[in-house]
Amino acid sequence: MQSEPLQVIGTSVRKVDAVRKVTGQTCYAGDIDLPRLLHCKLLRSTQPHARLAGIDTQAAQALPGIVAVITGADLPKPYGLLAASIDEQPLARDKVRFVGDPVAAVVALSEEQAAAALAQIKVDYLPLDPVMALTQAVRAPTTEPIHAYAEQGNLQKMLALQFGNVDQGFAAADLIQEDLFFYEGNTHLPMEEHATVAHYEADGKLTVWSATQTPHYLHRALAGYFDLAPSRVRVIAPPTGGGFGGKAEPLNHEFVVAKLAMLTGRPVKIVLTREEVFYTHRGRHPVLMRLKTGVKHNGAITAMAFDALLDGGAYGSYGIVTTHYVGALQTVTYQVPTYRFQGARLFTNKPPCGPKRGHGTPQPRFALEIQLDKIAEKLAINPLDLRLNHLAPPYSQTANHLTITTTGLGDCLQAVADRAHFRERYGHLPLGRGLGLAAGAYVTGAARPIYANQMPHAGVQLLVDRGGGVTIFCGSTDIGQGSDSVLAMIVAEELGLTVADIHVVTSDTALTPVDLGSFSSRVTLMTGNAALAAVQQMKAKLLQTAARVLKVTSSQLVMQHGRIFVAENAKRSIAFSDLVKLAEAEHGTLGATGSYTPPERGGRYKGSGLGPTPAYSYSACIAEVQVDLETAELTVAKIWLAHDIGRALNPILVQGQIEGSVYMGLGEALMEEQVFRRGLHKGPSMLDYKSPTFLEMPEIETILIETNEPEGPYGAKEVGQGPLLPVMPALANALFDAVGVRIDETPITAAKIFKALQLQAKGAQARIGPTHFPAVAYPELLSVESQWGQAAPGSAGHTGKGQ
Amino acid sequence: MKQPCTLTINGEAHELYLPVHKTLLEVLREELRLTGTKHGCELGECGLCTVLVDGQAVLSCLTLPIEVQGKAITTIEGLATDGRLHPLQQAFADLGATQCGYCIPGMLLTAKGLLDLSPHLTRQTIREQMAGNLCRCTGYTKILAAIESIVHHAE
Repeated sequence: MQSEPLQVIGTSVRKVDAVRKVTGQTCYAGDIDLPRLLHCKLLRSTQPHARLAGIDTQAAQALPGIVAVITGADLPKPYGLLAASIDEQPLARDKVRFVGDPVAAVVALSEEQAAAALAQIKVDYLPLDPVMALTQAVRAPTTEPIHAYAEQGNLQKMLALQFGNVDQGFAAADLIQEDLFFYEGNTHLPMEEHATVAHYEADGKLTVWSATQTPHYLHRALAGYFDLAPSRVRVIAPPTGGGFGGKAEPLNHEFVVAKLAMLTGRPVKIVLTREEVFYTHRGRHPVLMRLKTGVKHNGAITAMAFDALLDGGAYGSYGIVTTHYVGALQTVTYQVPTYRFQGARLFTNKPPCGPKRGHGTPQPRFALEIQLDKIAEKLAINPLDLRLNHLAPPYSQTANHLTITTTGLGDCLQAVADRAHFRERYGHLPLGRGLGLAAGAYVTGAARPIYANQMPHAGVQLLVDRGGGVTIFCGSTDIGQGSDSVLAMIVAEELGLTVADIHVVTSDTALTPVDLGSFSSRVTLMTGNAALAAVQQMKAKLLQTAARVLKVTSSQLVMQHGRIFVAENAKRSIAFSDLVKLAEAEHGTLGATGSYTPPERGGRYKGSGLGPTPAYSYSACIAEVQVDLETAELTVAKIWLAHDIGRALNPILVQGQIEGSVYMGLGEALMEEQVFRRGLHKGPSMLDYKSPTFLEMPEIETILIETNEPEGPYGAKEVGQGPLLPVMPALANALFDAVGVRIDETPITAAKIFKALQLQAKGAQARIGPTHFPAVAYPELLSVESQWGQAAPGSAGHTGKGQ
Repeated sequence: MKQPCTLTINGEAHELYLPVHKTLLEVLREELRLTGTKHGCELGECGLCTVLVDGQAVLSCLTLPIEVQGKAITTIEGLATDGRLHPLQQAFADLGATQCGYCIPGMLLTAKGLLDLSPHLTRQTIREQMAGNLCRCTGYTKILAAIESIVHHAE
């Protein structure tokens, strides 16, 4: 443990890549140029659902500058991130499943020539009935199902789980509240369009630079797909210009350019257009939900039953994982003794949905937090008290066998309520003005990998050179969240250096030990622990030498300000740069490795693998809104957001993640929607897809709650995703406080508020939202005992494996 | 069809022979390898490709090189002088305004154009003038703070 006050950790030190980013020197994947570079363009389906009768590429092939044209026949194998849904082709073979599905690829001397050739490719489609809506997808297909492997018609996957006696729980309730909600799909909209460069060199090695959050998964996928030894494949993820989950899995264009590089022996590059990014998608699943909660008069929950239908789009992607996440985390915020989840993911003829910030948890959180407010209203309990009085306790288990360690949710709720004067003002503001409260929780990294193995989730190698330079090698991918900076801060802290003394080499499968990737908010905790393990080994070696030289024991030494001191006598010291020379003479080349494997957590039932984590983060949000009673336009006046960060390693970066989450939440709640009309995306452009600008952003007050999580490095938890979750329901609840109408779906647009106000004026139920939930033939419920109220298994200390 | 065109970029004259339909964005990135200028839509919707032409913020994806011959073009590569960061760059780096960084060149140049026009700006004016530049990471909050820190410095 740290005996000296920390020098680097906890300070808002400038990001290690900040200067490169403000000077335009950061080289993103799309900025890469190589000698003899060729350019690739994809021809995409114009049909939402059709059999491919034939593709004629002859005319295209004959055009000037065209090097090759390939189709699905050249890439016959399917691929897919999850073993249970290997259902995509890099280029469609027998059929296309959405408008935008790639069917052919052209590689040419210039991008312009490639684009011109696309127009000369003739595709013969035999149209099939498209399935464009959830309500349609639950019915038996009229022509053929979108995929033959689905469990039932277009239902890809169904889950039916029950924890404890839910029926008994409802029987014991004084009030049962049941509501339908719909959460519309939306997309990541990263500023950087996807880009990939592939080069197959004469020595038989394939190198791929790609805008990806998961170079390790891409490495595995490319080696597997092309039957190459993984040692012959190198994947490099340059700094990514925004991910949010949209670049978290191997994608069709990555396989295509790899193939073309092998075919031509020249480097091949593709940069998607903005329109193509909308088709590549993997964004937020639209989810139709039915939530039923039983409570006692005092608000204590007795039972919860949750049904969810996910509109998955055309392919599997992470969808099975998403479906589990939709059901998993309702139990970690409040006490839920018995819980039932039934869910299904459906195929539709739209771009595939996948993981977007909060992966599968914003939709159920929207439903739960709005419903709690409805319950609070009926029980005449302040919504703050309803939540505070029934918090899931620390170091406990949930009904569905999740382990809660530290929780700062109570402090988060109290903090936002105090700052916003919620008790005094809620329910008492003038008509048109309102406050809304909501909470949320998220994983700090998934406890299990997507492919079963016993190896660490994160690895770090450390090199100290004889000049005093320190280089960190780590497979993690900086997608803007600041993971490179976190690594540098941890190593600088432990060695008594500054961040500027450290070199960081990341996300290159040939140079850096595996880290699973930048998803599930895992990086700070997992690579942070791996970095700590590595640097502590290094420190031990260095201190051994220093102790010999200064004639003391290692424990008497302190590393600070670039020197190693005897703690009791600061005059006796040696410079770090001198020490490393002596240490190298003593130990040989100075290297150390560290890795991290999260603790084994979760239940033993089928489906228990998603939801467990080293630690849950918690957030609470209050939104203050103003509604124009004439136009129904909603303006967000202010957002308060408190987040249980465990420990803020760099407060300004933590704040930045919270502000970015609030922003993304405002977009999802109020305007963003990925919607379709007659098989076509309604607006695959940044003008049509409305997202918040400078003008829509309110003042945000962030409050950091530090719970010092034993599993986190220096006590840290995640912040990249959790703070998003309470934002959307807080806005919906604030709207109700302002004008007394309920919009039980996203986006909450002025048009919907206007309609609800009209209903209110007529004396009708002032609610906009779904009114029907279709019947689904779920499999038999898997009934498992509830673990609610039991103590967390194991010790309360650090239980993951750093080595 | 190609034609000769001389562009003055960051104080350096470049004599080019360009297809007439190539945009300034394409010429900067592809002909001159000035890849600090980013693209996000190539339709004038996102502000990523903003450069300064005679001090005014311009979307390079909607500009033809022929239109800006003889004018002073500034890209992100020209914002720092003699290796010293412009105060805006300093503020963006120090105040956590960069996350993924992809929108930052356009943000910086738009902000510079704005501040050079009038160093005394209200928060609302900054928000209005910057509203054409999209960012997906920061919620604009730290970018606004960084620009405001320069305004306050000027006052």
